[in-house]
Amino acid sequence: MNRSRPEAASFDVSALPSYAFGHRSLMWWATFGVVLIEGTVFALAIVAYFYLRTRNANWPPGVLAPGLLFGTLNTVVMLASGIPNEWTRRRARKEDLRAVQIGMFVCLAFAVVFLTLRVFEFRSLNVAWDTNAYGSAVWMLLGLHTVHLVTDALDTVVLAVLMVTGPIEGKRFVDVSENAEYWWFVILAWLPIYGVIYLVPHLWPA
Amino acid sequence: MSASFDVDRRATSAQHEALAGAWGDKPGLVGWLSTVDHKRVGVRFIVTAFGFFVAAGVLAAIMRWQLARPDNHLVGPDLYNQLFTMHGTTMMFLFAVPMMLAVGVYFVPLVVGTRNIAFPRMNAFAYYIYLFGGLMLYAAFLLDTGPDAGWFSYTPLAGPQYSAGKRVDFWAQLVTFTEISSLLVAIQLITTVLKLRAPGMALQRIPLFAWAMMVTSFMVIFAMPSVMFASTSLITDRLVGTHFFNHAEGGDSVLWQHLFWFFGHPEVYIIFVPALGMMSSIISTFARRPIFGHLVMVLSLVTTGFLGFGLWVHHMFATDVPELGKSFFTAVSMMIAIPTALQIFNWTVTLWTGKLVFRTPLLFVLAFFFILLIGGLTGLMLGSVPLDLQIHDTYFVVAHLHYVLIGGSVFPLFGAFYYWFPKMTGRMLSERLGKWNFWLFFIGFNVAFFPMHILGLRGMPRRVYTYPTEMGWGELNFVATLGATTIALSVALFVVNVVRSVRHGAVAGDNPWNSPTLEWATASPPGPYNFARIPVVGAREPLWDPGGIRGHVTGLADDKPELLVTSVVDAEPDHRFLFPGPSIWPFLTAVATTAMLVASVFTPWAVVWGSIPVVVTMIGWFWPKRRDTEASLALERKP
Repeated sequence: MNRSRPEAASFDVSALPSYAFGHRSLMWWATFGVVLIEGTVFALAIVAYFYLRTRNANWPPGVLAPGLLFGTLNTVVMLASGIPNEWTRRRARKEDLRAVQIGMFVCLAFAVVFLTLRVFEFRSLNVAWDTNAYGSAVWMLLGLHTVHLVTDALDTVVLAVLMVTGPIEGKRFVDVSENAEYWWFVILAWLPIYGVIYLVPHLWPA
Repeated sequence: MSASFDVDRRATSAQHEALAGAWGDKPGLVGWLSTVDHKRVGVRFIVTAFGFFVAAGVLAAIMRWQLARPDNHLVGPDLYNQLFTMHGTTMMFLFAVPMMLAVGVYFVPLVVGTRNIAFPRMNAFAYYIYLFGGLMLYAAFLLDTGPDAGWFSYTPLAGPQYSAGKRVDFWAQLVTFTEISSLLVAIQLITTVLKLRAPGMALQRIPLFAWAMMVTSFMVIFAMPSVMFASTSLITDRLVGTHFFNHAEGGDSVLWQHLFWFFGHPEVYIIFVPALGMMSSIISTFARRPIFGHLVMVLSLVTTGFLGFGLWVHHMFATDVPELGKSFFTAVSMMIAIPTALQIFNWTVTLWTGKLVFRTPLLFVLAFFFILLIGGLTGLMLGSVPLDLQIHDTYFVVAHLHYVLIGGSVFPLFGAFYYWFPKMTGRMLSERLGKWNFWLFFIGFNVAFFPMHILGLRGMPRRVYTYPTEMGWGELNFVATLGATTIALSVALFVVNVVRSVRHGAVAGDNPWNSPTLEWATASPPGPYNFARIPVVGAREPLWDPGGIRGHVTGLADDKPELLVTSVVDAEPDHRFLFPGPSIWPFLTAVATTAMLVASVFTPWAVVWGSIPVVVTMIGWFWPKRRDTEASLALERKP
């Protein structure tokens, strides 16, 4: 910057980069805002679950606790998807197009698996949304998280196709990096929800 | 001020022309619907929110005429229920919050010295979704399907058993529309304040108005999800048979109250905190000195933001919440008076030591002190459990909430409108009509609402469509109606003032009030690019301090919508960023989203098939055009 001439002090920014990664970029702040909002929604859904638990003599009330198999299996799959996801994120920062293309499609393969397992999860809840308030709370939690899995998968499909067909520019790698960060949010947010849906009825019944 | 010339007037006319091409819109209807200029979108937001303010005011006037004398039968109980529900819902969801955020949408980018709001297409989408939500609600109301369970739709009244039909469904869906809009705007405002400030506007130089909008935006982010979650649970209870609020199946209606008020109380501060920012701008300008104790003001805003989340149970003292819990909420209700008191103290010092210029904006600000004081005092009364149980659900509460909300928000808002109108239109509002507007509003307001305190203490419950003569409430109700009529007259004068002044008002110039902040360092109204040259800031009051503007930024493209992203704390230049241009996709996405949300009131499957057009339009929105990518590549420089 040219600070030597106070009279016509002009600050030339033409040498600055035209995009940046991480919290320097505007996209990071948009993702951050969405994560705050959706994290709050998840937290509220969990609070509602425990609130309803205090209002019922039995928990789960009059139904079997959920089967653990598919939920646990899916937790493992989601966490495993973190590996290609993190690899994609790091390669995106290096602007390695080929690696990003591969990484995103590997992530999508994981998405197909966890969305399929999710269908079986709903079937192993042992309660319907309209059975009682417990069922409503459980379906709401699992439903909310499923909406996130679906939207995250759709985002990734669109971005992956774009990274193959173009038009490509540097900024697109920022999008890939932010998409991967959001992916982390969706799979990490699952862990407390998994604990509430599956473990609480078994370990802490009333 | 010479500073303004430094920034803008030295730019050549060729530069202005190129910038106008880069940031402007195409003519015609499609161009009109495609705009992403925060000022055009902001004006639409403001005009729409004002339209809803007038609509809700008309509903209130009908209620006042109905209550003006005992045993009146102008409207029946069913319509009356819809009237007060529509009035409250409109004022809270369609006027107050959108209006405050709209002022932020228009002015925050100008105040921090940048060329557009962050995520301008999202901003356009946020406006359309808000507009469509409001139109949906009023269409339902005109078809006698207006919500009728009160603006907070308590269950079980609002549940499927006691509110059959579609009325409450439209209420619940309206909440979804407006909260999507507010949440998106909150993200934009936070990002704009933190990342798009003019270089040199380090954290300690951010104007109080921008601080206030940022605190508000964070409150929106943590409060609004609660009401969205609540209204979604309500609508699934009503439409697909969930049991969140159904006692027979293990649900609980107090859960509704918790979820609603965890949003509902911060909501009051979401409306109040922007008003505090407007107050600071106006007081500083019309006392001709910087606000006393800037740091204390910032900390007070932030503290208010936090404490605002610790108050919600004081709306629920009449429920079975544990008594010990209630005393905690009483304590916080008292505590939140501290940051507000600090700000009032600092403003008082600022006014005391300043040279006051008594123009209309300052009058509205001074009325704030008087009215909010009364509202705050009755708030202390309501904050204590035994008193609250006595006057719960009476007109005392109605009086209190109008003193707080109108005194705390609407008066500063009118002041802000007189203050910023010259910037938005290039012309001054008439001072003479302004003084009439102010005095009629001030007197009318007190005549309308002060008697309600007494009516409440004499036992008049809120939300009754009429009352028998023997209760002895007739005279005071008649007085209140006279006051309401005076307010209506005042608002009508305001509209006349605006309509006349837009064309015939005195020409304002860049900085008619001799204000200190950056929005006054450019033309009135600003060009589509806001600033021909981005200023480099050297002081907290850039236009008052001799070293306030140290120079300007060069090296940004003139013929492309490019702007500067700066660092969060020190506002050091970080990178250049090519902004997205006008696009019709946000409008189309809003149409698709509206179709999905409205259809889902009638069949839950609409959420499935209705989401297909939403996805398609969003892909259309996101997918980069080759031409845009080429433009971007031409300016690209890798980090």
